[in-house]
Amino acid sequence: MKTMPDTGHFVSDKPFDPYSVEKITPEQERLYFASQWRLMWWVFKRHRLALFCGVLLIVMYLSILVAEFLAPYALKTRHTDYIYSPPQPIHLFHEGEFVGPFVYGWEYELDMDRLLRVYSEDTSRVYPLSFFCQGDPYEFWGIWKSDRHLVCAPDDAALFMLGTDRLGRDMLSRIIYGARISLTIGLIGIMVSFVLGVTLGGFAGYYGGWVDSSVQRITEVIRSFPELPLWMALSAVLPVTWSPIWVFFGITIILALLDWTGLARAVRSKLLALREEDYCMAAELMGARPVRVIRRHLLPGILSHLIASATLSIPAMILGETALSFLGLGLRPPITSWGVLLNEAQNINVVAIYPWLMLPVVPVIIVILAFNFFGDGLRDAADPYKH
Amino acid sequence: MAYYIGRRLLLMIPTLIVISFIIFVIIQLPPGDYLESYVAELESQGESVDPAQIAALRHQYGLDEPFLIQYTTWATGMLHGDFGYSFEYGLPVTDVVGDRLFLTVIVSLFTIVFTWLIAFPIGMYTATHQYSWGDYGLTLLGFLGLATPNFLLALVMLYFANVTFGISIGGLMDPEYLDAQWSWDKLMSILQHLWIPVIVIGTSGTAAMIRRLRANLLDELHKPYVVTARAKGVPPFRLLVKYPLRVSLNFFVADVGSMLPSIISGAEIVAVVLSLPTTGPILISALQSQDMYLAGSFLMFLALLTVIGVLVSDIALALLDPRIRLEGGRM
Repeated sequence: MKTMPDTGHFVSDKPFDPYSVEKITPEQERLYFASQWRLMWWVFKRHRLALFCGVLLIVMYLSILVAEFLAPYALKTRHTDYIYSPPQPIHLFHEGEFVGPFVYGWEYELDMDRLLRVYSEDTSRVYPLSFFCQGDPYEFWGIWKSDRHLVCAPDDAALFMLGTDRLGRDMLSRIIYGARISLTIGLIGIMVSFVLGVTLGGFAGYYGGWVDSSVQRITEVIRSFPELPLWMALSAVLPVTWSPIWVFFGITIILALLDWTGLARAVRSKLLALREEDYCMAAELMGARPVRVIRRHLLPGILSHLIASATLSIPAMILGETALSFLGLGLRPPITSWGVLLNEAQNINVVAIYPWLMLPVVPVIIVILAFNFFGDGLRDAADPYKH
Repeated sequence: MAYYIGRRLLLMIPTLIVISFIIFVIIQLPPGDYLESYVAELESQGESVDPAQIAALRHQYGLDEPFLIQYTTWATGMLHGDFGYSFEYGLPVTDVVGDRLFLTVIVSLFTIVFTWLIAFPIGMYTATHQYSWGDYGLTLLGFLGLATPNFLLALVMLYFANVTFGISIGGLMDPEYLDAQWSWDKLMSILQHLWIPVIVIGTSGTAAMIRRLRANLLDELHKPYVVTARAKGVPPFRLLVKYPLRVSLNFFVADVGSMLPSIISGAEIVAVVLSLPTTGPILISALQSQDMYLAGSFLMFLALLTVIGVLVSDIALALLDPRIRLEGGRM
């Protein structure tokens, strides 16, 4: 930068390039040529909480793949000596000395006045926890046998980090196994309702006219119905003789049957606008069939919005399963889901005496919160060109 | 306006017909009928049943007719106020339903008011203090209410209400009023018990409402007329209440329509836990024992309640917002 002596103007020293305004810098190039998904990722990344929740959800879904390994005990193992044991504390220091994570001996006395088992620690016995240790045998993915667990207590000691239930089954293990059903039910359900919603909403939005108004009426009817009573009625329809796995699919379908309306509405309103675009007209003039126009030209434009709103409706399904199972109309033992676990926490005694049986609600709350924040972030990122 | 209401009322008719048909299909879906499970129960107790008698009963209740005829009988009966007969209670359905439905309405109304009372100030605060700690904290609180399963919250509240306030466990009134006539004392007793279900059901709906009020207000707050008013020196609170809040008020009314189904759902499940004398527990037992007219009429009543609620909210919205009135609605 230098100053012109006669006028006092400032003039840049840099060589003059008349085309500089027409050229773009590498950063601009990166921004302008980025694909839609890349832009969305950049916007999404800025929402720290959503990013964190997304990672959390991925970790949880991955953990259901290795549930057998993560759970300290097998699903059906009963510890008849430890019935209704409260959560056992994990210690690090024994008499001021660092030992690493360990548990003390775990013993109970019968309190005959209140007819309760009172558990207490026997501080003379120290059991350091072992990792990647051998415990209950299991079949991994039904393919190979193993008995490795992430953490377990030495031979005769007990390790109930979240306590045990009325049959002496470890709550932590049951919650980890329960995640399998509770988490997948939302995912499978949303796939079914996604297909229903996109198909019906797509046709309604593309064709308009009587197709549109009949789909509109159907969604209106379904939306004006309190969903829980309808879920209850539908799940009362499932035959008692069905095997648990069929009941699982039945419940999933029931949850999905009432859920697709929101998606259908979103698809319809977006398609109503998009079908007027020139590229849609071009595709039609070149002889593309309606299904192809919808699938190939219209849906990709709104896919990101759809994924975001689908994510936001997964929590309702997970809560729905929990509520139905709690009422005894949903999944039934031996299937273990968080709702089935909570079904055992049904009476007031549990709240007063065995409050740890309500612990399965913690993962439910965490998952629902995570899905909500994650979906929020996705929705903000769904339209990256807005900013 | 009269045209709008009339149009809206006419549209309700096909909706209700479709709803009643769906309900009838659903309650007919399980194999067998109430009499069959009744016979099975009697036989398991070692009693013998005269097949002729059962056949006579089946004929009397029209259970041997084809599906469509059964449906028509049921649907036309409803128009005359005849909702069928509950096998399990041995009473006409209207007698079983009566008070229960009224209590469901009361619980739902109070819940809506509660949700408004909570969501309104919080929504205003979070919008005016965007991205502050208060905003984050209150939003998280709202989401926690959304994420906690209603039934568990009900159970815990029940316990603490009993331990701390000594309110009798469960129910919607003190036991001595259960079969009593309606009186002032009974009403007061109901109000005393009402707050637990209202809070429990209300918590799940507030989060969504807070978020929407916040979003609407944020949209309005950045508009030029707000800036102008501020530049002219209107005090902040007056500025907020005078225009932006009034604009974003519409959805409070409009939302009743979309809130009602979830409130009634919540009321059902909470009713089971708290053994409220609303519809929840009876509906479940009716569904399980295939007491089809009782279950069907219950579902029908709940749907009717929702449809009427939506209608009322639509009319209120049309009164509030001339755009809707003139364009013929957001149908």
